[in-house]
Amino acid sequence: MRYAMAMDTKKCVGCSDCVVACQTENNVPHGYCRDWIVENVDGTYPELHLEIRSERCNHCGDAPCVRTCPTGASHIIEGGIVKVTHDECIGCGACIQACPYEARYFHPEGYVDKCTFCDHRVAKGQDTACVSVCPTRCLTFGDLDDPNSPVSKLLKSRKWKVNAPEAGTKPQVYFLI
Amino acid sequence: MKKKTRRDFIKISAIGVGGLALANPVLDWVPSFLPKEKTPIDESKAERTPTICEVCFWNCAAFAYKGADGKVQKIIGNDSDLHSTGRLCPRGTGGVGMLYDKDRLKKPLMRVGAPGSQTFKEVSWDEALDYVAKKTKEVGEKYGYESIALLDHGTTAHHFEHLFKSFGSDNTAEPAIAQCLGAREAGFINTYGAGIGSPEPTDLRNSKCLVLIGSHIGENMHNGIVQDMSIGIDRGMTVITVDPRFSTAASKSKYWLPIKPATDLALLLAWMHVLIYEDLYDKKYVEQYTYGFDDLKNHVKKYTPEWAFTKTDIAPDLIRKTAREMANASPAVAIHPGRHTAWYGDDTQRTRAIAILNALLGSWGKKGGYYFPEKIHVPHYPTPHYPEPKWTWKDITKDKYKGAFTGVTNILIDASLPDTKLKHKIKAWYITATNLIQSIPDQEKTKKAIQNMEFIVVVDTMPSEITGYADVVLPECTYLERYDYLRTTRHKEPQIALRMPAVKPMYESKPGWWIAREIGLRLGLEKYYPWKDLEEVLDWQLKQVGTSLEEMKKIGVKTFDREEALFLEDGEEYFFNTNTGKIELYSTDLDAMGYDPMPVFKEHPQPEDGFYRLIYGRVPMHTFGRTINNRFLNDLRSENHLWVNPKVAKLLYLEPGQEVWLRNQDGVVSSYPVKVRITERIRFDSVYLPHGFGNKAKQMKTAYGKGAADWELITKVLIDDVTGGTGMRSNFVEILTDNPNNEEVKA
Repeated sequence: MRYAMAMDTKKCVGCSDCVVACQTENNVPHGYCRDWIVENVDGTYPELHLEIRSERCNHCGDAPCVRTCPTGASHIIEGGIVKVTHDECIGCGACIQACPYEARYFHPEGYVDKCTFCDHRVAKGQDTACVSVCPTRCLTFGDLDDPNSPVSKLLKSRKWKVNAPEAGTKPQVYFLI
Repeated sequence: MKKKTRRDFIKISAIGVGGLALANPVLDWVPSFLPKEKTPIDESKAERTPTICEVCFWNCAAFAYKGADGKVQKIIGNDSDLHSTGRLCPRGTGGVGMLYDKDRLKKPLMRVGAPGSQTFKEVSWDEALDYVAKKTKEVGEKYGYESIALLDHGTTAHHFEHLFKSFGSDNTAEPAIAQCLGAREAGFINTYGAGIGSPEPTDLRNSKCLVLIGSHIGENMHNGIVQDMSIGIDRGMTVITVDPRFSTAASKSKYWLPIKPATDLALLLAWMHVLIYEDLYDKKYVEQYTYGFDDLKNHVKKYTPEWAFTKTDIAPDLIRKTAREMANASPAVAIHPGRHTAWYGDDTQRTRAIAILNALLGSWGKKGGYYFPEKIHVPHYPTPHYPEPKWTWKDITKDKYKGAFTGVTNILIDASLPDTKLKHKIKAWYITATNLIQSIPDQEKTKKAIQNMEFIVVVDTMPSEITGYADVVLPECTYLERYDYLRTTRHKEPQIALRMPAVKPMYESKPGWWIAREIGLRLGLEKYYPWKDLEEVLDWQLKQVGTSLEEMKKIGVKTFDREEALFLEDGEEYFFNTNTGKIELYSTDLDAMGYDPMPVFKEHPQPEDGFYRLIYGRVPMHTFGRTINNRFLNDLRSENHLWVNPKVAKLLYLEPGQEVWLRNQDGVVSSYPVKVRITERIRFDSVYLPHGFGNKAKQMKTAYGKGAADWELITKVLIDDVTGGTGMRSNFVEILTDNPNNEEVKA
């Protein structure tokens, strides 16, 4: 089992529904978010290109946050989902420094928080909150070990890239371009 | 601190030249009011209540889910719903922020200070309603009940329209018509004998080509259309976007045509020219279904792409190429009708041109073009006939704006002015769910009318600018706390949807139906209210169509069978509801009313040196000013930026993020500064300001004073001569780098 997400930059309109759905699903405190929108503009008028991405924790195959965590609060569960056990987190912030994606934040209750790939939903066979709400259906979540999963098929049929490949973290959020 | 870096990053990059623009909702540290480790809701077990979203007019059906504390925790689209297909947009998902907005109107209020001073005292419902009824009666008996106007929006409007008809006034109007889609409806009615309606019946899921004229789908989150466009893109649909700004939709397009503003009609006419003179139009369709083709052919002869280039800045080759793309996709092509169409004062003619283009391409009534929407007729609860008003809005518009088909808000405001020349005069206003100060252009005129009113009552959930001008403010509860009439909108399949309260009304707020009924009873209109509550009405109505309130409470949405086909069969006989029974390329009605029977290009003023055309639009996470105080949505976007082309920035020595003020052609200056976003995504003769920001109502603590307001700067209005709609893309602004308000923010 290897969970991954494909994010279709050709369809995303940057509405941020994924952000709000995550906040209401996971009770993310006011003023914080576990996923966010990035817009890149290239070119000169009138030859322009705009790329919009919905970003979140990459649930890296080689996760620097897990390696640097002194207490073991940051750990990897089945399917490669990177999680933080809140009670074991001492809030030292080493993981926040280590993450090349700025995917982690200090929760006001004193621990570090981030995207969980909605493992509580995935365990019940549901899509993550962001995937299930997206009006453009630009997000696809699934198992890369299953060659017939929609996410596997998309990565086979479409061009894709990952963020900061030079960091060598084996990120599992793929951007279809 | 990670939070801090991300925030700094936004500040720098969101406004950088061609750089990284980040719409990141991370704000300052705010203490959480949520209990620690609140568990996510299990949708299969949690209590759910059907609702219809009221965060925008798309009215998606959804379920509200409550947590263990009895509070609404999340709202999820109803899978059966054709408006949303089970997926809400960010505003619908964030609707819970509207319910728990701490700045909501909580108690009935009555004015104690001067109009506009925002000094109120809290009163009981009885006191407030007695006063409203007393003033209504006073004005009604003195000037006639026709002199009371209802300026409305949203679902609550229905309850007050019933009240108004019951006491004998048909003078109701919503800004959504004259300020938005009225011209479009008139344009299509005068072509097809049928308007567009909402949701727009475009079959984008099956389109091969979509043409957007200034319509920024994706930034306007018209949910179903955004979803359909995305499905179309997946299927390889060609998108052609005409916009002076590189909108999100433009970025998804094969062709972006950065048109010189106010020249769209020239492009549309040139496209007709190419389709006709290159023999690319759907001959069979045109021959069978249309009237006036030869007239049109002669009419557009002179509108060549070379001619259009001189007006639009769009190269002739590109005009031809895009016309051929449309023809290749015909009939699975949709020239989208747009929604906000009140631009330049000849808006009915421009939307007529869009309607005609669709006809030439044979897309009306065809798969991938426009489908025939159907709705189910749900009978009204039986009440006696309404009294006949002595005069209505039609008596005002019939000579001047002959194509107006509903009340026109700005005309009713004209009739409210102290020095109005109109024979029929308005003396009092009821306002429901619309912030007229923001939604109607030329706010000084609106304020003048306000001063002349004998009485103003506002029914709303939030303390917006307009509540400051009311004599009585009645706090309505939000959509998550009330019943409303059924949603019976037209779609691919007829559907009905139910809204019911997920939680009891908070504070002392009340449902709109209750407020209207209480006023009605106080006016002695018992016979129009032969029911005790809306549940009784809904159950009766639902039983007429073979279901019940009980069933609808479980399912939220019910789908019925269609009676007619979704599309025209090939060669099928079809009678259009026009004088000729055909699609009128040559409009006999417009001709008879004295308007151009076919669209004629007219020059519109362009900005003088030092001025830039003010273009406004939407951001996907807000519905104008009404969501601006919602904490989820304000987190996503709390202020707007002024989009400026790098050439302009260089000329004016502007830096990214620099605060500037705007002064329009009439000398009106923006109250608040706005930060500059230097971007290649806009033409050099225009600036762009997302709408809904620059809020001046202090009680909306989250939103107050953030960003600049386009609506303040819209003082020059070009009236559509057919419908009376207000063209608002007619204002030019200078960019000022020093505060012209002398550091003083106007109240």
